Amino acid sequence: MASRVWVVVQLRDGQVSRISREAIAAAQRLAGTLGGKAEAVVLGGGVTEAAADIARADLAAVHVAEHEALRAYTPGGWIGALGPAIREAQPAYVVFPHTYQSVDFVPRLAQTVNAGLLPEVTGFAPGEGGGGDLLWTRPILGGKMQAKVRVKGEGTVLVSVQSGAFPADGVAMGAAGGGAPVQPLAVDLSGLQPDREILGYEEVGGDQVDLTKADIIVAVGRGVGGADKLGPVEDLAKALGAEIGASRPVIDNGWLPRDRQIGSSGQTVAPKLYIAAGISGAIQHLVGMKGSSVVVAINKDPGAPIFTVADYGIVGDLHEVLPALAEAVRAAKG
Amino acid sequence: MKIAVCIKQVPNTEARLRVSRDGRWLEEEDLPFVINESDEYALEEGLQLAEKTGGEVVVLSLGPERVKEALRKTLALGAARAVHLADPAFLGGDALATGRALAAAVRRDSFDLVLTGSQSDDLGYGATGSVLAGWLGWPHVWLVMGVELEAGNKAVKVTREMESGVNEISRVPLPAVLEIQAGINHPRYASLKGIMAAKKKEIASLSPADLGLDAGQVGAAAARLEIVSVAFPQTGSGAQMISGDPKQAAATLVEKLQKEARVL
Repeated sequence: MASRVWVVVQLRDGQVSRISREAIAAAQRLAGTLGGKAEAVVLGGGVTEAAADIARADLAAVHVAEHEALRAYTPGGWIGALGPAIREAQPAYVVFPHTYQSVDFVPRLAQTVNAGLLPEVTGFAPGEGGGGDLLWTRPILGGKMQAKVRVKGEGTVLVSVQSGAFPADGVAMGAAGGGAPVQPLAVDLSGLQPDREILGYEEVGGDQVDLTKADIIVAVGRGVGGADKLGPVEDLAKALGAEIGASRPVIDNGWLPRDRQIGSSGQTVAPKLYIAAGISGAIQHLVGMKGSSVVVAINKDPGAPIFTVADYGIVGDLHEVLPALAEAVRAAKG
Repeated sequence: MKIAVCIKQVPNTEARLRVSRDGRWLEEEDLPFVINESDEYALEEGLQLAEKTGGEVVVLSLGPERVKEALRKTLALGAARAVHLADPAFLGGDALATGRALAAAVRRDSFDLVLTGSQSDDLGYGATGSVLAGWLGWPHVWLVMGVELEAGNKAVKVTREMESGVNEISRVPLPAVLEIQAGINHPRYASLKGIMAAKKKEIASLSPADLGLDAGQVGAAAARLEIVSVAFPQTGSGAQMISGDPKQAAATLVEKLQKEARVL
């Protein structure tokens, strides 16, 4: 029998999230490489509709775990449901979207079921070993470099896939009118125990500034060097009629308020022009701005990952480039 | 409260990075090392909790001889003592192997709380603290942005960062493992007095045998992952790089944004 590949789908407000579709696409490709068909797993309370949606993809099955203790996510609930199921079925790979939720529970799930753990991959290719030997790619050093990684030893491997690495529109759909069988996950859910007591959820920062509607954004990173050094940024933003955004370190240092943060824990923006100054380009920032039409990167480090997603790049000190840019913009606008 | 803080020493990613001769990692000669960023915040959080409760912080780290310098720095910042998993057998592990070794070291003592950073700035697995918690059988929370001790020191109220600007607030019984996110506090600087005091503090070196583990249960021997090669991504693979002095470059860019990209 071909090696089984599972994909654990994460829901957001009851819907299949985009990055979960990407994980399904990754699992389909992986299963295809190993000569089989992927199976999906979905956990929660009231997930029937989402399961039916997932079943439209080309999958061998959709396994559903429905339980009151799974209504809110906790690692205890998720590991309690997935752990015994993985031990029983022994899939070769279980694929997860690389989200903050996955990073919270998947490492401990690997420890619990004695599986291998391969976080945040961006791709894979057949290795030289033949058979199921695969070489995986993942970012290291904050995206400055990439590593090729091989899994050693026997047993299940838990893999999480980075946002944007496997396009969601690459999901293969099943035959029209068909659909994968939806069935209960073969596991006893009666003893599920949350390991943290959820007291509630809170919005951070209140989003007083809505950057999602901005046409032009000038975003700054750690490279700006301090709250007292934002003058050239503000001046360029004024010349362009742009909003000011920032990457996480600027916010953590208190140089700009949290409602200016762009990235996975801030706002997701898609302006027609995005100017990233002094931003190295960690993936947490890139996921928040890669929908921009045109990206300009200004950084003194020619190896900064931001240049790999930019349309135009200038290697230089932002404190010299931004004032020149503001002047050039004013001259062009007459 | 007795608090363990696990730290990692990592390459300073601002430095010039070169691939090692075997192509599997960085050339470490002349490479500057620093304490991992989120671990500095974990240490600060631990020091503050220890001060509040009249307790102490013990710092643990796994790595080669150079790690002693990082441990000495944490002692200067206020940690009471340090434990170094220094044996070469510990090296080359993945998060599963490293988490197991650290858990065994934590178990030798009686801690109320273990703090780690949320993610290393080199390998970036974001997993070691959770694996460690699994081995201890303690609850854990990853990406912690707030820790509030309950009266009686038996539980903590924890703020966990989620995507899109939402935080989860939960109550977690102690002992627990909390994986701290950068930005949770403002790490202190070492004082001259602290630096002097650190010279007299203990750094204990431990081997796998001291932890009751075989050499095959730790480090590269136990790892399920093997790095085959590392490389730089192609710079500006999509980007048109604009050269010249700032003034020329700015003028060229504005012209391209007007005529080529048509966004100005």
